[in-house]
Amino acid sequence: MSAEHTAEHLQQQVRVYFIVFISLMVLTVVTVAVSRLHLPVGAAIAVALVVASVKGTLVAGIFMHLFHDKFPFIFKVLIFSAIFFIVMIALFMFGYFDTFASERAILEAPALEEPH
Amino acid sequence: MHNNGHANAEGHGHDGHGDHGHGAPESFIRKYVFSVDHKVIGIQYGITALVFLFLGFCLILLMRWQLAYPEQALPVIGRLFGVTRMPEGVMLPEFYNQLGAMHGTIMVFLGVVPLAVGAFGNYLVPLQVGAPDMAFPKLNAASYWLYFVGGVIMLISFFIPGGAAKSGWTSYPPLAVIETAGQTWWLLGMVFLINSSLLGSVNIITTIVQLRAPGLKFMRLPFFVWAQLVTSLLLLLAFPPLEVAGFMQLLDRVAGTSFFMPSGLVISGEAYTGSGGGNALLWQHLFWFLAHPEVYVLILPAMGIVCEVLANNSRKPLYGYKALVYSVIFLGFMSFVVWAHHMFLTGMGTAISTFFQLTTMIISVPSIIILTVMILSLWGGSIRFTTPMLFALAFIPMFGIGGLTGLPLGLSVADIHLHDTYYVIGHFHFVVAPGTLLALFAGIYYWYPKVTGRRMNDTLGRWHFWPSLVCMVGTFMPMFVLGMAGVSRRLYDGGATYAHAQDYLWINQLITFSSWGLALAQVFFIVNFFVSLKNGEKVEDNPWQGTTLEWATTSPPLGHGNFEAPVTVYRGPYEYSVPRAKRDFSPQHLKRI
Amino acid sequence: MLIPYDNENHPVTGVYNAKLGIWLFLASEVLFFGAFFSTYILLRIGAGGVAGAWPLGAELLNVPLATINTVILITSSLTMVMAWASLKLGKVSKFQIYFAATILLALAFLVIKGFEYGEEFSHDRYPSTSTFLAIYFTLTGVHGLHILLGVAVNVYHLFSAKALYQENPEKMVNRIEVAGLYWHFVDLVWIFLFPVLYLL
Repeated sequence: MSAEHTAEHLQQQVRVYFIVFISLMVLTVVTVAVSRLHLPVGAAIAVALVVASVKGTLVAGIFMHLFHDKFPFIFKVLIFSAIFFIVMIALFMFGYFDTFASERAILEAPALEEPH
Repeated sequence: MHNNGHANAEGHGHDGHGDHGHGAPESFIRKYVFSVDHKVIGIQYGITALVFLFLGFCLILLMRWQLAYPEQALPVIGRLFGVTRMPEGVMLPEFYNQLGAMHGTIMVFLGVVPLAVGAFGNYLVPLQVGAPDMAFPKLNAASYWLYFVGGVIMLISFFIPGGAAKSGWTSYPPLAVIETAGQTWWLLGMVFLINSSLLGSVNIITTIVQLRAPGLKFMRLPFFVWAQLVTSLLLLLAFPPLEVAGFMQLLDRVAGTSFFMPSGLVISGEAYTGSGGGNALLWQHLFWFLAHPEVYVLILPAMGIVCEVLANNSRKPLYGYKALVYSVIFLGFMSFVVWAHHMFLTGMGTAISTFFQLTTMIISVPSIIILTVMILSLWGGSIRFTTPMLFALAFIPMFGIGGLTGLPLGLSVADIHLHDTYYVIGHFHFVVAPGTLLALFAGIYYWYPKVTGRRMNDTLGRWHFWPSLVCMVGTFMPMFVLGMAGVSRRLYDGGATYAHAQDYLWINQLITFSSWGLALAQVFFIVNFFVSLKNGEKVEDNPWQGTTLEWATTSPPLGHGNFEAPVTVYRGPYEYSVPRAKRDFSPQHLKRI
Repeated sequence: MLIPYDNENHPVTGVYNAKLGIWLFLASEVLFFGAFFSTYILLRIGAGGVAGAWPLGAELLNVPLATINTVILITSSLTMVMAWASLKLGKVSKFQIYFAATILLALAFLVIKGFEYGEEFSHDRYPSTSTFLAIYFTLTGVHGLHILLGVAVNVYHLFSAKALYQENPEKMVNRIEVAGLYWHFVDLVWIFLFPVLYLL
């Protein structure tokens, strides 16, 4: 491992791990509590995903050492993963809604007049 | 698998490199069957993939008989297939569908990809980056055996009741969900093949990133390695969605879920009993999210091979190496955002169609750049018309035709007419058969001396090349005519029952005759391949005067470990005809030119 | 034969081979689970009509049990990272305790998941009942398979760790780090899975 992973440094890290663990627990409680409030669907989804993203970032960044280690290649690959993940979801939804929009447009269009 | 044993026996036999960590002599099985040496695994991949290519070709030959002579008995061998497939030698529609689906599956997933990535990638990438082996040798063996098991599952499916999968290599639901058991086997086989590809791609990427010899910077990598790197990234990121789709179709079939089954479905006059609520287009999205990058998985390694062969045989550096590298990266990236051009006729809206048309037009740009680089690389070279060079040269126009005929398919207006006709078949076969296959043949002729220490016969090579080229064009060019006349693909009788196809039925026979010619031409290759193992002209270590690192070791390479001493790289990959150099090639690993 | 950077970090990329390998694998896993989540979204926005509206997860599923499972999995992530840190500091017995705890927590997760499945089945809720239950059982099932695989790997490491650590400490630490990366990823997937399936 890199020189930064000295024993002393690791001891400090251990404290960070416990702090992250407690934050994750608190955020879990927050997620469940918010779901009890029965917010409107849009707000509920937004809150849940934001909280989950924060938790995910903590796990990936601290437990999986992404914040700590430096390996540019894997960042590139992960960024590509993330881009294609978003592209997949976005374009699936775009395709879905656009299909419906087109169908509705066809149904609602005024009938064409007979050519003279 | 015995052949590779012979091929490599000499390489392993007499050099006796005990210092490579294998003191005791290994048993035959350990050395040639369950080996972890990337060279043995590469050869295993190669032999298995060639066998599958041959099988897939046999399937299409059977179908071509039916298309040229609908519902006429196939003489002599027709009856061998039994009453459930070809009663009295006449092919049943169900059997035709099995052949069609399995031809596509075998050719793409069991033939071309394992040959291009599994065989060439495995054998050459560690050699070209100067590594002793792949980064994870055991994982490498695991990916080969997953591939092998997947292939066996696919083959077994022919012999179960109801036969193999019949809903095309694309396996669109709802049809695929209600098909006979063969489809379940297809899905199981695909899970094995997908995992094999995933492990293989992790291995290839790690090898390229981590194990490059000192001095071998990314911009000094042979283009073939770049092509393999991008290919592996595509496999890595595009295959998981297909695996997910495969899982869900499997559950639709065996657990009664309705992922792909919409509500209100009526099948053969009866309402579908599942819960409904699914989305049939979801499969198409997930499938093409893989399958369009897969198209580039088929073509990129071929481009890599062609560039190697072109540079070596024109004795000059590739024109615009950097343009090539950036193009191939861009191509890989864009291939993820074009998939729905396969789905223009699914009722997609105009806005999303426009988006995918645009990306499709954009992705043709890097392909054109790559082709242009290939052509410009020839300019002013002192070209040697060796057998591999002939195949590589033929690749350029053939891939050009394949690529350019794809553009009308990427425009939704033209696609309305051309979709699901023989035009599509002609287009992608031009890319994959005269394109990729010619390149793969070039690769086999080019690296055969590396693997065996012997050269393949040049005369037989030419007899293989010219009829193959002519017959491939004769097979696939008429399909464009057929398609523009409106003849649909996947027709059991080749359109004989359609009024608009009546004037074009003779084309079906022309294509069939060409495909027979193509089959005959391959005899020269098969004979050449086996005879050269024993009787081919023995060559020295660097028979083509190549510059890249695979020629820095002996031919065939030393035992497990590849290089006698670690190599260091001093220059780019294609330093041919360097002014003031004492030879017309300057190998990467030699300090003085 | 020795493969370079099998054990030590590459001077340029800063990682050893297996670490790059596992990260590449996880990158592909992102798209693996991504495709499942895309499926979920598409099925959800397409719900309605004959097949019925999309249910609220909490109405059908047992949220308290799932919350306990979330806590268990997060705790197992902590014990995993502590196991790695302990081994890195050379405290082998402490490592063994943390590592065994990780495995036990994972098994507890699977047992609770089994109870949840049993409860669903007792209410005649099967994957074939609706598309919501189909994606619920599939996603949690695939996630459970990942847990099972992690348990298998971890059990192997638990019993081989001491011997290998004495022989080659660095290699063993690396192995635990790689196993840990996989394990945290499985935890990370659950962090998204839990609200999406149970709470929304």
